[in-house]
Amino acid sequence: MSTTIKDTQKMIAEVLDAYPEKTKKERARHLTANDPTGQCGSCKVKANTKSRPGVMTVRGCAYAGAKGVVWGPVKDQITISHGPVGCGQYSWWSRRNYYNGQTGVDTFGTMHITTDFQERDIVYGGDKGLDAALHELKELFPLAKGIGILSECPVGLIGDDIEAVSKRVAKEFGIPIVPVRCEGFRGVSQSLGHHIANDTIRDYVLGKGKLEKTTPYDVALIGDYNIGGDAWASRKILEEMGLRVIAQWTGDASVNELGIATKAKLNLIHCYRSMNYICRHMEEEYGIPWDEFNFFGPTKIYASIRKIASHFDDRIRENAEKVIEKYKPVMDAVVERFRPRLEGKKVMLYVGGLRPRHTIGAYEDLGMEVIASGYEFGHNDDYHRTYPVMKEGAVIMDDATLYELEEFTRRMKPDMVGSGIKEKYSYHKMGVPFRQMHSWDYSGPYHGFDGFPVFARDMDMTVNNPAWNLIRRKK
Amino acid sequence: MRQIAVYGKGGIGKSTTTQNTVAGLSQAGYKCMIVGCDPKADATRLILHAKAQTTVMDLARERGTVEDLEVDEVLLTGFNGIRCAESGGPEPGVGCAGRGVITAINFLEENGAYDADTDFVFYDVLGDVVCGGFAMPMREGKAKEIYIVTSGEMMAMYAANNISRGILKYAHSGGVRLGGLICNSRKTDKEYELISELAKKLGTQLIHFVPRDNQVQRAELRRMTVIEYSPEHPQAEEYRMLAKKIADNRDLVIPTPISMDELEQLLMDFGIMEGEEAAA
Repeated sequence: MSTTIKDTQKMIAEVLDAYPEKTKKERARHLTANDPTGQCGSCKVKANTKSRPGVMTVRGCAYAGAKGVVWGPVKDQITISHGPVGCGQYSWWSRRNYYNGQTGVDTFGTMHITTDFQERDIVYGGDKGLDAALHELKELFPLAKGIGILSECPVGLIGDDIEAVSKRVAKEFGIPIVPVRCEGFRGVSQSLGHHIANDTIRDYVLGKGKLEKTTPYDVALIGDYNIGGDAWASRKILEEMGLRVIAQWTGDASVNELGIATKAKLNLIHCYRSMNYICRHMEEEYGIPWDEFNFFGPTKIYASIRKIASHFDDRIRENAEKVIEKYKPVMDAVVERFRPRLEGKKVMLYVGGLRPRHTIGAYEDLGMEVIASGYEFGHNDDYHRTYPVMKEGAVIMDDATLYELEEFTRRMKPDMVGSGIKEKYSYHKMGVPFRQMHSWDYSGPYHGFDGFPVFARDMDMTVNNPAWNLIRRKK
Repeated sequence: MRQIAVYGKGGIGKSTTTQNTVAGLSQAGYKCMIVGCDPKADATRLILHAKAQTTVMDLARERGTVEDLEVDEVLLTGFNGIRCAESGGPEPGVGCAGRGVITAINFLEENGAYDADTDFVFYDVLGDVVCGGFAMPMREGKAKEIYIVTSGEMMAMYAANNISRGILKYAHSGGVRLGGLICNSRKTDKEYELISELAKKLGTQLIHFVPRDNQVQRAELRRMTVIEYSPEHPQAEEYRMLAKKIADNRDLVIPTPISMDELEQLLMDFGIMEGEEAAA
């Protein structure tokens, strides 16, 4: 075991020391020093287990995963938060999934619809109210191409039969009505909600869309939620390569797009965590291969373009090189401008989905080093993809607590921390440059050639913002 | 004011026993009230001479919320000035009846249904304690006194023991106590001895043994209690005795529920299980 790994392990042990014995033992399994070679047997974290009460986890719930991540961005379907008002209210378009369309006419992404449960709905059941809501929605929004019923906790507790209502009304309306059993008490984090949502796409819409003709270059872009326009930036690259993006899941997606992905020649998945399930299903059932890619930062973009092109013929492979050639000078200029301002800066990340590993390359393009990274709701397969791309001795953390984040920050002194809204203000108070990396801090896109200049600018204005020096820090 | 909850296995005769007992108490001069905690809303039929037409939850459903109700609309007066309310709730298989009980009881309490000169409030609770909602009457500040209706049948005794476990749970947090077992006779073998022994094991008393008599059914068919229908009948006297025993009862205990094995042993000790085995 190298000294860097030992040093990091010593630091982790010191941080853990503040916990009571049982908590210490449990949390120790979720924190490790990175060994990119995979030789260190103990350098693996435990993942996807129940959070320890009292440690202030920032995880969400199954409803957050199903509604907020997977189904919410589908633009021409209406998503009902079925239950009391709060779940829908506080998850209302917080992820900034951009879309084209006339909101309230043919698209509904930014709208907040709830059945607003009252006592009587709990006592007598919410099915009748749901039925009424569905009919009202159909009348108000005749262009809706589908309606999703995202179940909140009470619906699961009282055992309402939302499947029966869905089946009956879907027949009446002739559009998919999708009951999603994503009650928040299910599972250990939002991750199960992604899986449940994937399963409902499979059961209710997959394979049911209309596509006039197919081409040998049809691909589906899976696991891009178009935060700040990300999916548009990614799509642009694929199209310039000569590929035809027949479906975009689920940022700026239509119900029909969810239905026709089975006609793609290749599924390209960006956020593996939230949508690998449906890719595996399409592989098994429809024989569609899938591949992961990374459109953060020029190095990873070039590699991904070549990897994607390798699935196709010479025409696409030649186009790939042309695309890289075209954008390289632009990317080089960005690096040239920002790298001197960011060279050697240390970054700590604690986010969800694909970001803890996928953004590392973009930081490295700017000369920055990710010294610690962690997932809110990752599984073992996420960590296995992360160990090799991080430096030896870097901190890997699973379901980190605010205490751990603060302590690692004090000890490792990163120049910038990228995490979520819950961490943002405590870092502001600590005077540590901070970027909200769940929804790009109201900026974006960060994906693709369009995204990297924005990413570089944002990191510069975070790290080098003179405002941080005006904060009175605790001695 | 004493708040009393009556529990027991479904179909054991809780509502009949409660209404007859309350009729007896009211004749003894006590001011009484019955709160039915069963979505079927049939706990006050013999007092009101009709099934309650307006339950708390049904009316709340019609109006929108319980805040839109007046207590007078759901609190009806029947035989001998006995006041009656029914929580109401959904038909079987939908929604959450337990939540209905919670909402209804809170409504009655917050709206002053229990006025100062009420002597007894009886909660007649659906079957077994299936969820938190049906335990509502025995939670903090509500019924402090529980009576369990049972018979010599195994499953009724099993339910009685289970209910005792529920009481034990709330005994320490809410101060609820078991007042005794009421045996509503099914004429099983050695029933009196068996239930007396069960009561002893649970740390309580068999407060009254109500014999089986068809006069109860005759009165029920006329939507009346025996006390109202045939005050001179010996069965009416039984209920008056039960009423007096409850009014005088000071023997309130924290129950000591037994294990399933002990319960089976009890049946064997009284030769009931053994007899069956011999027959088989």
